[in-house]
Amino acid sequence: MRIHLFVLLSLIGLAGNAQTAEELVKSVKSKLDRVTNYSATGKMKTNVIFLKAPIAKVQVYFKKPNQLRILNEKGISFIPKGSMNMDLSQLFIDPAGFDLLDLGADKKTGWRIIKLLPRDPVSEVVLSTIYVDAAVGLIRRSSTTTRENGTFELEMSYGTFAEYGLADKVIFSFNSQEYKLPKGITFDYDDGSGKKSGATGKPTKGRVEIQYTNYQINRGVPDSVFR
Amino acid sequence: MLALLWIELNKIFRRPRTYIAFGAMAAIVWLIQLALYFDGQAYVDLLLSNLSGSFEFSDLFKTQLLNGYLICFVILNTLLIQMPLLVALVAGDAIAGEASQGTLRFQLTRPISRTQLILVKFLASSVYVIALLLWLALLALLGSVLLFGTNDLVVLRSTGIEQMQMDDVFWRYLAAFGFAAVALTTVAALSLLLSVLADNPIGPIIATMSVVIVFTILSEMNIPIYDTTVKPWLFTTHMVAWKGFFYVQADAEGTTIRGSIENLPAVFRSLVILLGYIAFFLGISIYLFKRKDILT
Repeated sequence: MRIHLFVLLSLIGLAGNAQTAEELVKSVKSKLDRVTNYSATGKMKTNVIFLKAPIAKVQVYFKKPNQLRILNEKGISFIPKGSMNMDLSQLFIDPAGFDLLDLGADKKTGWRIIKLLPRDPVSEVVLSTIYVDAAVGLIRRSSTTTRENGTFELEMSYGTFAEYGLADKVIFSFNSQEYKLPKGITFDYDDGSGKKSGATGKPTKGRVEIQYTNYQINRGVPDSVFR
Repeated sequence: MLALLWIELNKIFRRPRTYIAFGAMAAIVWLIQLALYFDGQAYVDLLLSNLSGSFEFSDLFKTQLLNGYLICFVILNTLLIQMPLLVALVAGDAIAGEASQGTLRFQLTRPISRTQLILVKFLASSVYVIALLLWLALLALLGSVLLFGTNDLVVLRSTGIEQMQMDDVFWRYLAAFGFAAVALTTVAALSLLLSVLADNPIGPIIATMSVVIVFTILSEMNIPIYDTTVKPWLFTTHMVAWKGFFYVQADAEGTTIRGSIENLPAVFRSLVILLGYIAFFLGISIYLFKRKDILT
């Protein structure tokens, strides 16, 4: 009888502490709202099947509401389309613009899965799914499907700047379109090995990983950076 | 031998027509640089058109992409196919030119062997090849770097893109120019061989050009039966192996490995085949010249 009573009280207690999807999103948003702009340095690694690129030192600039720029001032970096979505505050620009659907906790990680359904029928974003670590109020993973640019996925690892909802490491996955150029333009050299490039000529998933080393938060970013 | 080489070089570089090749190369390089300087964005847009669905390209990116290293790569792609023809103009003239002028018999009255004469003619042609390449390096590499600056080099292949960091590029050009010297010396050796067979320089010059054109077309054709039987043995197939220095290795995550070459053994194989061709052409030239009746 005592055991039953304990279990019952525990369940009531848990139910009382469990946040609703709205509350979770609110707590995540409150962290992100603390940042109006930032600049950060980072190392960017690009992994696209048809591209061999070195690790690049990049500067990332962000300014509310939705300006984000990745710059490689000393070298060349291929920046994927939709990289704007690397900033999570994009999801919450219009807090009343979407309905929330709580799918409960992920079985493996325990992260809460919440779907954000835009109310605007012609919105560019069709659907967003966020995986929230409720214990710390941080988005660990997200997936955003857009009308024009396919689906983007984000994976975040946090460290020093977790209190601002800013990740130390971001992995951005995107759809890369097929790549093929006529040999008449490229003047290819055939080394006779018969080895084919990894490129299939068909759309595949590309991945960009940015390891941030330093953030300068709310110290102002000039508009000229985004031009 | 050195004195003889000096005389041959004097002959080559005192002839005004020798400088036609230098002038032609300068004109082509400057025309390409001029076009890309004023309309490079259009060229870059064409190159990137296939990638615009996956990546966003700012004006800064396009300016960075169109740097001196890329311009030099474009020029080399265009010019190194034509340069054998310029080499043939001098090397094809080496023996047959003397024969047509009636000075060959006189030359052989001096205390030098026929082998020495062929070797000197070959060395003089090789020096001319190196001079042409130095001129090309000055115009295409140094000129483009001064005009367009330096940045990472992005090489677009038909099925993939190779990107090298700025400070990992210069040595590749040194290697590529060195390889091109061997490739063009092969043409010089062929031209010299054909020159031994003729008494008029027009014949060997045109014959060299014809061989290079026919072989280049065969090398570029994608016909499976030729891919394994004919193409691996054509010297023109291996002459373009300088591009191998601009194809890099990457790790499992697609990150360029600094200082690497995608298929170094293939580049070495091409180098050895070209050196073999040079030895073969030169050997046959000496053999035939030693048995030749010199009547003029």
